[in-house]
Amino acid sequence: MSVVGKDLQMRRQLVRGSATVLTAAGITALLGARGAALAQKRTGNAGQDVGVLNAAIALEHEGIAAYTIAAGSGLLQPAVVKIGVTFRGHHQRHRDELIKVVTALGGKPAAAKSDAEYATALNAAALKNQTDVLRLALKLERGAANAYLGLIPSLATADRHQLVARMAGDEAFHAAILGNALGDPIPTDGLMFGA
Amino acid sequence: MWRPHSCGAAVAGMVVALLLQAIPAAAQSPVRTPPSAAAAAAAGDATRGEQLYQSRCGACHSLDANRVGPRHRNVFGRRVAAVPDFHYSAALRKRTFTWDAATLDRWLENPGALVPGTTMGFRVSSAQDRADIIAYLRDHSAPSSP
Repeated sequence: MSVVGKDLQMRRQLVRGSATVLTAAGITALLGARGAALAQKRTGNAGQDVGVLNAAIALEHEGIAAYTIAAGSGLLQPAVVKIGVTFRGHHQRHRDELIKVVTALGGKPAAAKSDAEYATALNAAALKNQTDVLRLALKLERGAANAYLGLIPSLATADRHQLVARMAGDEAFHAAILGNALGDPIPTDGLMFGA
Repeated sequence: MWRPHSCGAAVAGMVVALLLQAIPAAAQSPVRTPPSAAAAAAAGDATRGEQLYQSRCGACHSLDANRVGPRHRNVFGRRVAAVPDFHYSAALRKRTFTWDAATLDRWLENPGALVPGTTMGFRVSSAQDRADIIAYLRDHSAPSSP
């Protein structure tokens, strides 16, 4: 079953649970605090995760906008534009997967800002050539890989851990390509992302 | 310059570079005695903190622009959820504490433990890394900040 499928099933179970004997209060009465803790572990902290995953959606919105702005900047060679558009597609897939999970958990997905707002926040006006654009993209991709790895402990379920870990892998892939394009040296130590 | 259609050559170059770099890196690695956790936390390295800030925090934060998270310049001494043009979570808006070394350390270690319901899920597990990032943020705050 997919991550979204499991979350949908979990949500239906939560909704049904309000009309059955086994409410959280009932579990507590029957099994005490340990039973409630086990129930919480099973269902996950949906409210907390909606907020954290919405921040991730906001991150993906910014990444999508960054590649759109870069593609239209006139600073990139056509082959580089093509690769950037492919990377943007990866971020759109991330956004869509995160939106599915947030929606399944009963949350409202974070909305995107305008490209002009992202351009201002990223100081796109300071980009003067292809190297500048690639350097910014590398910074964002490296940061995104680290961000996803760093929020894994804050998510409640293994399915969500796996989803963001997969996205961290994509970001690390992007960072490797961009670092190679810029001629950056290969890091000498392992465990180069996360902490 | 990057040549997108020469991936095989690029990978071969990466492997050669890795092999060439591995030997001197191993031979020249200095032996360092790690400081105690308490000493490290007290003496954060702002230079290393800048590198960590860019690589760990930079996906969502900047010093001077609101992005996924609020801007960070002058965060020391600032009341929580006080950047006027940033939309904070309800959980953060309800709080009243001030950002200082202690609250930033607890925040970076586990934001959800300090402020349940926050949308920031990113954690920095290493006390030294937190101290270094905090030292960097202190360097970019007003001198009178705590």
